[in-house]
Amino acid sequence: MTVAGLIFSNIHDANIPEMTRRRTIASIPYGCRYRLVDFPLSNMVNSDITNVGIITHYNYQSLMDHIGNGKDWDLARRSGGIKLLPPFVAAYENAGANKLYENRLEALMGAVNFVNRCGADYIVLSDCDAIINIDLGAVVEDHVKSGAYMTIVTKKLLDESYHFSQPVAVLKIGEDNRITDLEDRCPEAGNVTVSTNIMVISRTDLQIVLQEAAARGLKSFHKDVIAKNLKKKVIRAYPFDGWYSPISSLEEYFESSMRLLDADVRRDLFGNADRQIYTKIRNSSPTKYAEGAEVKNSLLADGCVIEGTVENCILFRNVHIGKGTVVKNCILLQDTYVGSNVQLNCVITDKNVVIKDDRMLSGHQTMPFFIGKGEMV
Amino acid sequence: MFKKKECVAMLLAGGQGSRLYALTQKTAKPAVSFGGKYRIIDFPLSNCINSGFDTVGVLTQYQPLLLNDYIGNGLPWDLDRTFGGVKILPPYQGNTGADWYKGTANAIWQNMEFINRYDAKYVLILSGDHIYKMDYDKMLDFHKESGADCTIAVLDVPLEEASRFGIMSVNPDGSIYKFTEKPKNPDSTKASMGIYVFTKDKLQEYLAADAANPESSNDFGKNIIPNMLGAGEKMMAYPFEGYWKDVGTIQSLWEANMDLLGERPTLSMLDESWRIYSRHGAESPQFVGKDAKVINSSVTAGCEILGTVKNCVLGSGVTVEEGAVVEDSVIFENVHIGRGAKVSYAILDANVKVGANATVGESRESGKEIAVLGADVTVADGETVPAGAMISEM
Repeated sequence: MTVAGLIFSNIHDANIPEMTRRRTIASIPYGCRYRLVDFPLSNMVNSDITNVGIITHYNYQSLMDHIGNGKDWDLARRSGGIKLLPPFVAAYENAGANKLYENRLEALMGAVNFVNRCGADYIVLSDCDAIINIDLGAVVEDHVKSGAYMTIVTKKLLDESYHFSQPVAVLKIGEDNRITDLEDRCPEAGNVTVSTNIMVISRTDLQIVLQEAAARGLKSFHKDVIAKNLKKKVIRAYPFDGWYSPISSLEEYFESSMRLLDADVRRDLFGNADRQIYTKIRNSSPTKYAEGAEVKNSLLADGCVIEGTVENCILFRNVHIGKGTVVKNCILLQDTYVGSNVQLNCVITDKNVVIKDDRMLSGHQTMPFFIGKGEMV
Repeated sequence: MFKKKECVAMLLAGGQGSRLYALTQKTAKPAVSFGGKYRIIDFPLSNCINSGFDTVGVLTQYQPLLLNDYIGNGLPWDLDRTFGGVKILPPYQGNTGADWYKGTANAIWQNMEFINRYDAKYVLILSGDHIYKMDYDKMLDFHKESGADCTIAVLDVPLEEASRFGIMSVNPDGSIYKFTEKPKNPDSTKASMGIYVFTKDKLQEYLAADAANPESSNDFGKNIIPNMLGAGEKMMAYPFEGYWKDVGTIQSLWEANMDLLGERPTLSMLDESWRIYSRHGAESPQFVGKDAKVINSSVTAGCEILGTVKNCVLGSGVTVEEGAVVEDSVIFENVHIGRGAKVSYAILDANVKVGANATVGESRESGKEIAVLGADVTVADGETVPAGAMISEM
């Protein structure tokens, strides 16, 4: 049995416009040294899914730069490995059927060659907008054993801390984990089951879906492929009970990042030696803590220089914190330079931001203050 | 498949490094950890690629497993090449016999075929014992311009330390007229750094003669250099200025690690223009707990610090539990320091476990020696390891 993977890198770009202005959602930096795409990619590699296509839409230069030849995920393979699947768009007006895709089904149709030629028995589909470390091998095994048409990884949300600012697939689940209803909406917090948008389907069934979609002009994967088939075919839920953190707004990004300071969350995400999360290697030096450094309850990447106070923060690679500076509840992306005697609270800086000496900036937990890529304050 | 290369680098990495005792029981000296996320061999390898030398033979002999794994295909140093790249050269069985590498010169002699495959005009000889950043290309230019047969990189050392090194006596034009290995009364302060550029034909000639002499100890310092000098070949000293440290002893290895710390460190790894590359795994970010204290230290990915760390260099994946205090120490990867334990003035090799409330070493101010725990050693809860101890797992 062979399994191939397909990752959607752009589906939810519009949700976090602050950070996707110049990149795909897949290449949003997360957790000191990762990018969102590292999670689905690592999940696939750790489950021996080594033939992976990444469907791109636009703004995918940063993604290409991150992925390279796939070596850092052990996916630089002669057979299989990583393939970026840019849209096939005719460069003239009236492109007709070849226009840039607008939804998941059209995106999949653009990857029809990958599906037809991958030679796999099953295909795992995954988005990039959620943090999850999952054994996909077990999902595929469950799918095969059950004989279902499709299996969707689901998460029951009991936690009050989940807020959804964007509609998601809210599911009803009946006997034997069969999905009985799908509704796209913003769920209230607590006690709902949602789709993680990680799905398994056989390659032949996916090919049929794509043929039908082309023939009948179907538009929505949720409505036309899942919801319509719920009665005719067995579409099963695979309940996931680990840590799952969807990110559909800047506030959620902030909240999700801060949850990494919780030891249990870190254990769930990074603690399994057989299911590590891989990312592009950048060869930073170790992080240096100066004589006057005071760091509390923070997660840091390598390559930082800390001369001031850092509390409850997520610091990416090569961040500099100057003397007398106090940084609290902040997420500072790669190469952020914070000068001396600065005070920051609830601030997110994108890459290469410079905060000059003596500045004072503050957001709030529910509304972090965002500073765009390369800006100088 | 063998494109011509002007210069091939040969890195002598077979040494045991017996003065590092417990740290080299299971691994060759060039593979000993340094600076948290590096190994000693990262320095010559990174120097090679930063200098534009893309063909490197690494001669291994003693405990090569870890070193072989580490170098692998050379990817971290950008030395995974179709033409050239890094190649591991172990001793082998030839059609006339099988020999271990009998000395540094013999190791090169046994691999002349490797050098000749690339039709190299020059050969750069390096060792895997030193921490330094150097542009070998400038040294090669110097060699070519001076028309020398052999160029030896030299460093000015304090006169009182000169008797520890191979000392060159140099004419005003930079040519060497005398070489003395570890002289009792040194008449110069120019110490050999163990870095040589040879014109290949000359090297081959002298290696052949050396191989034919059963009395020879087949060593560059003891045989080849004195022989070439004696025969009047043109030998030049290439002056090097900058950080260079032989990390062949416990004390010097500890000192070199400490050189990374402080506001203006004598050795900085932050310099983006001359990066030192290393192979490392998929460690998660480092976490510093709410009651932790990390002062004047260098910490690497995968560490979890809940206790106190002061004046330390920590490798990847080190855990320091609550209430533990680690001071003036060099900790290699994946070491676990238990609750309430105290580690002072020590070097802990990979995978060491220090139990809760255990004590390792004594404070640096006590004036006692560095305590060293070899790889995989476990210190039981509450146990005391005295200063100067040297413990390795057999």
